[in-house]
Amino acid sequence: MSVLDVRDLQTHFFTDAGVVKAVDKVSFSLGEGEVLGLVGESGSGKSVTGFSILRLVDAPGRVVGGQINFRGEDLAHLSDRGMRALRGNRIAMIFQDPMMTLNPVLRIETQMVEAVRAHDRVSHAAARDRAVQALAKVGIPSPEERLAAYPHQFSGGMRQRVAIAIALLNGPDLIVADEPTTALDVTIQSQILAEVQELARETGTALIWITHDLAVVAGLADKISVMYAGRIVESGPTDAVLAGPAHPYTQGLLGSIPGHGRRGERLTQIPGMAPNMARLPVGCAFAPRCTRATDACGAEAPSITDIGPGRALRCYHPTLPAEGVA
Amino acid sequence: MLVFLLRRLTQSVFVLIAMMVVVFFGVFMIGNPVDILISPDAPPAEIEATMARFGFDQPVHIQFLKFVGNALQGDLGRSFVHGESAVSLILSYMPATLELAMLGLIFSVAIGVPLGVYAGYKADRWQGRAIMTGSIFGFSLPNFWVGMLLILIFAVELQWLPSTGRGEAVEVLGLRLSIFTADGFQHMILPALTLALYKASLVTRLARAGTQEALMQDYVKFARAKGLSETRILMVHVLKNIMIPIITVLGLELGSMIAFAVVTETVFAWPGMGKLLIDSILTLDRPVIVAYLMMTVVIFIVINLIVDVVYTLLDPRVRVKGSAA
Ligand SMILES: Nc1ncnc2c1ncn2[C@@H]1O[C@H](COP(=O)(O)OP(=O)(O)OP(=O)(O)O)[C@@H](O)[C@H]1O
Ligand code: SF4
Ligand SMILES: [Mg+2]
Repeated sequence: MSVLDVRDLQTHFFTDAGVVKAVDKVSFSLGEGEVLGLVGESGSGKSVTGFSILRLVDAPGRVVGGQINFRGEDLAHLSDRGMRALRGNRIAMIFQDPMMTLNPVLRIETQMVEAVRAHDRVSHAAARDRAVQALAKVGIPSPEERLAAYPHQFSGGMRQRVAIAIALLNGPDLIVADEPTTALDVTIQSQILAEVQELARETGTALIWITHDLAVVAGLADKISVMYAGRIVESGPTDAVLAGPAHPYTQGLLGSIPGHGRRGERLTQIPGMAPNMARLPVGCAFAPRCTRATDACGAEAPSITDIGPGRALRCYHPTLPAEGVA
Repeated sequence: MLVFLLRRLTQSVFVLIAMMVVVFFGVFMIGNPVDILISPDAPPAEIEATMARFGFDQPVHIQFLKFVGNALQGDLGRSFVHGESAVSLILSYMPATLELAMLGLIFSVAIGVPLGVYAGYKADRWQGRAIMTGSIFGFSLPNFWVGMLLILIFAVELQWLPSTGRGEAVEVLGLRLSIFTADGFQHMILPALTLALYKASLVTRLARAGTQEALMQDYVKFARAKGLSETRILMVHVLKNIMIPIITVLGLELGSMIAFAVVTETVFAWPGMGKLLIDSILTLDRPVIVAYLMMTVVIFIVINLIVDVVYTLLDPRVRVKGSAA
C-alpha cells in the first residue's frame, strides 16, 4: 500500500488581486521508503503543496479540492485533533529556512522534548533520551550538552540538523523536506543530503524532497515531479526523466545545471520570467516562455498524458521518443 | 554586563544632577516659604530671623549649593509642616504606595496578557475586535472617574468592598503593609484596579500585537508541524516571546505608577506618597515637594536599571552578547 497518495490537490489563495491557484490539480503517490523529488522554480507552489499535506496552509490560502490519502485515510476529512496527532508523529516536515524554524527563546531541549511528549506519554527523562539519540544521529557533536543551548548558539547548518532531528524524533512514515539545504553552503548541503538519504533508507521513511535544483534530487530521489505554476508538468522515475526529459520546461531546468549536457556547452537559462500566479494565461502556463509553443498551446491547457511506465506529462509538443523518450 | 551597568550608572548621575537643578529652581519660583512658616504680620525682625535660620536670605546660587551638599548626604530638608526630615516622612508613606502599585501591576498583567493573547489569536473575529474596543475605554476613561464608578458600584451599591483607607496593616520586614491581611487586601482591590486599568489596556495592546506577529513566524508553524496543541503554542511559544517587550514596558510603567498614583490615592483616601504630595502642595511644604520629586527620579532610575538587568536575563540572545562584552 502506498504511504501517501495525493489526488487532484487544489490549494488556492484568495487575495485582493484575485484567486491564486498555487496548487492546481496536483497528483503523486509515494510508497514505503520511497523518495520523491518535487522540483520547480521559486513560486511554483512546492512549499504550498507540502503545507497542504500537513494542513498547515495559512489564510488567505485554503485547500479547495482533491484528496490526500495517508495510509488509506483522507486527511481532508480528518478532525483537527486527528490531524494534530499525525503531525510531527506520522508525518514530519522540515522547513526551508533553518534560522527561522526554531523558537529563539526556548532551549533545544524544550523544543525537542515537547515534540516527543505531544505524541507519547513518556517521562521528560525518556523524551530527553530520545532527543539525545536523534541529535547524535544527525551528527551533532556532544548532543547531551547541546540540549541546553539556545538556537542562536548554533550555526545555520547545525540548526537545520536540529530541525531534521526533531523530524526524526517520532520515527515518522513520511517526511516533507522543504528545500532544507538551500539556505546552507554547498559542502554542508551535500553532507546533510547524504545523511538524510541514509536515514530515510535505514528507517524506511518515505521522503518528499522539495527543491528548485534538479541536480540535488538526481542522486537522491526515486522519482521526480516537475512543477510549474502550480501544476505538475512532468513526472516519472528519476533516471528516465533525467535521461530523456520530454517537457520543454524540464529540459530548460536540466540545461541550467552545470555538468549536465555536453562539455563546453553554455549553460542555458530558461528565457523569460516566472509567471504571475494571479493572472495565468488560459492555455499552457509555460507557453510565453516556450520555444515549441503553437496556437494550440495558448488556447487550452494541455491535460495529463501517460508517456511510458510511470511517466506522465502535460504538453502538446513533447520531445519525440526518437530524441530519447521511451 | 559590568561595563553596561557602569555606563548606566554614570548616565544616571547626570540625570540626577539635571533633575536637582530643575526641581530646585522650579520649586524656588513658587510661593514664599516664609509665609507658611510665620505669619506675614509678624514683626520684620522676626521674619528676617526666620529667613536667616532657613538660609532664605542667601543668594540663590548659595542656597542651591547648600541644597546639593545636603542632598548628597541624604538630607533633603525638614518638612515645614511636620517638622520631620522630608526623606523619612516620604519613606514612611512609601510602603503604602509601593504595595498598591505592585498589586496594580499584577492586576494589569493578569488582565492584560490573557486578553491580549486571545485578541491576537482571534484578531479577525468579533472576540478580538471586542477586546480591542474595550481597551480603548481603558485608555481614555479618566482615573478619578473610574475610581468613583468602582466605588459607586462595589462599595455603595453592592457593598462588597471598602472604598477608603488602608484597612488593617501588619509589620512585615519592618514595613507596614496591608496586602498581607484579608481586610487590608480588600481595601486594596478597588484602588489597585483603578490604577491597573490603564496599564491593563496597554498590556492588552502590546500582547495582541506581539501575538499577531509571533503567530506569523515560522517557528509557530514549525511548532504546529510538530503536532503541538494550540494551547501549548500560545502559552509557551508565543507567550515567552511576547513577555520580553511586555516586561520591559511594564517595568518602565511601574515607575510612573508609583510616582503618579496621586489621583487614585486621593480618590480612595489611600495614605501613600501621592496623597502626601497633594497635601504638601496645598500647604506649600517645599522640602517635601522637592524631596518627593527627587526620590521619584531615583525610583525611576533604579527601576530602569532593574528592567535592563531582567531584560538581559529573559532574552537568551541578549544574555550571551552581554556577557561577551
Ligand atoms: N500568503 C500567500 N498569499 C498569497 N499568495 C501566496 C501566499 N503564499 C503563497 N502564495 C502563492 O503561492 C505560490 C506558490 O508559493 P510557494 O511558497 O509554494 O512557492 P515555492 O515553489 O515553494 O517557491 P520557493 O522556491 O520560493 O520556496 C506563490 O507564487 C504565490 O503566488
Ligand atoms: S504545451 Fe505547448 S507551450 Fe506548453 S510546454 Fe508544451 S509545447 Fe510548450
Ligand atoms: Mg518554498
